[in-house]
Amino acid sequence: MTGEVAVLGAGMHPWGKWGRGFVEYGVVAARAALADAGVEWREVGSIVGADTVRGGYPGYVAGATFAKALGWQGARVASVYAACASGAQALDTARAQILSGLADVVLVVGADAAPKGFFRPAGGDRPDDPDWLRFRVLGATNPTYFGLYARRRMAVHGDTVDDFAQVKVKNAALGALNPNARYRKRVTAEEVAASAVVADPLRLLDICATSDGGAAVVLSSMEFARRHGAADPVRIRAVSTVTPRYPNTVLDLPDIATDSAVAVEPAAGTFRASIARAAYEEAGIGPEDLSLAEVYDLSTALELQWYEDLGLCEEGEAAKLLREGVTALGGRIPVNVSGGLASFGEAVPAQAIAQVCELTWQLRGSAGDRQVAGARVGITANQGLFGHGSSVIAVR
Amino acid sequence: MSRTRTPVVDGWFTGDGEDFRLLGTRCSACGSVFFPREDAFCRNPGCRGGELAEVPLSRHGRVWSYTDSQYRPPSPYVTDRELPWTPHALIAVELESERIVVLGQAVPGITVADLTVGMEVEVVPGVLHEDADTTWTTWHWRPTEVTA
Repeated sequence: MTGEVAVLGAGMHPWGKWGRGFVEYGVVAARAALADAGVEWREVGSIVGADTVRGGYPGYVAGATFAKALGWQGARVASVYAACASGAQALDTARAQILSGLADVVLVVGADAAPKGFFRPAGGDRPDDPDWLRFRVLGATNPTYFGLYARRRMAVHGDTVDDFAQVKVKNAALGALNPNARYRKRVTAEEVAASAVVADPLRLLDICATSDGGAAVVLSSMEFARRHGAADPVRIRAVSTVTPRYPNTVLDLPDIATDSAVAVEPAAGTFRASIARAAYEEAGIGPEDLSLAEVYDLSTALELQWYEDLGLCEEGEAAKLLREGVTALGGRIPVNVSGGLASFGEAVPAQAIAQVCELTWQLRGSAGDRQVAGARVGITANQGLFGHGSSVIAVR
Repeated sequence: MSRTRTPVVDGWFTGDGEDFRLLGTRCSACGSVFFPREDAFCRNPGCRGGELAEVPLSRHGRVWSYTDSQYRPPSPYVTDRELPWTPHALIAVELESERIVVLGQAVPGITVADLTVGMEVEVVPGVLHEDADTTWTTWHWRPTEVTA
């Protein structure tokens, strides 16, 4: 078990399609987090940016880009890219700097200005890139993978398309309560069923959109937090950034095939399950200790998969958990009370940070109408393209 | 003028008709199989590395899962934007002897309505698209009870 770091501040730029640059979203989120922390930008010893591939060099060097926009003040800087796990790796970098004594206060920022429609690979003729190959050879978009996972769950566990729709109904109802969410309208199962099929069996309202958005947190040492007058701050107790173990036998984005298990017996549990397990081990807690979870609902069916991968229930029992209301607000373990990506959409480098913002507000008891009563422990779960695990555990 | 038949990716498949096979590689030290082919290093972390020799994969497998693409995929997938989009089914197939799952398009005409998880399929040669000079070839999965 490692030491803890304090979350002094959290901030967001509301998510949507605003038509502006990612730097603007990041700066708004950063200023909100600094104000929330009561920390001056000049006091920040280090800034870590979660990279976006958009915006050319400024996106690839997000840490310095945000630092420049906020006003150069000489802080240590880092930029990290781990696809959808970029935000978690940025948090991990910041935490490591604090725990090692390199910095007392670190600002972590992620922001994106996502294109409309399907995500697509970078341009050019690049047959050595698995992400390029899956589009070129198969036309396999992200939703086609979500469709594969959903169909597999239906075949193996007996999930139904209505179960999937009920995830959307739940998350949309919660997103309606969240001023930072892009979609703030309740949705019915009938509306999900009436939306167009994107990748069988999933429909438009089963799949998260692409969005613009930004999120930021201010992390500090526990000692700084005490000096700063924050006697009982939300603390980060674990950050899981694990890679898979060979052979990885579940078909994963963006690959065309799994590893072969012919020579090496697969380890128990999937890659996704190992992401959560690493976080639990580092935090010294288990799923039974959780008050809430923010999971990566790229699709409604994928949210159910996370219930099992987080150990909220046995394999195959996620739909039952949902049907019993266990993961709704007021249930034993509410999931995606922020509204999830269903209500936010993907702003890739921001989303893992945004999940931690939600945990922070929930653990402080300041989440308003969507507050989980008495929240003490929260987990986030996310997965970055090309084998980047991502899970954060925060406590109060 | 006839078009040149060119594989969409070099070295991933070979042969015609009944002899058509996906090509992977196998590590001579640990026996691990790789598709798409791995020609530089064995990726088994417990293996010190051996020769990676080309190996044909099984022709038959079972459907692990399937879906389709009801919206036109973006570039670099090549489509004719003059024509209406026709969705194709995508099938993830588990090859028993290699213990690997390989994704591929279904043969034209097969839709998700024709498929079930666990159904047997076989690999067959297919055409991805054609342009003025080239017929770009690929692999397709076909349910074995279908002869179309």
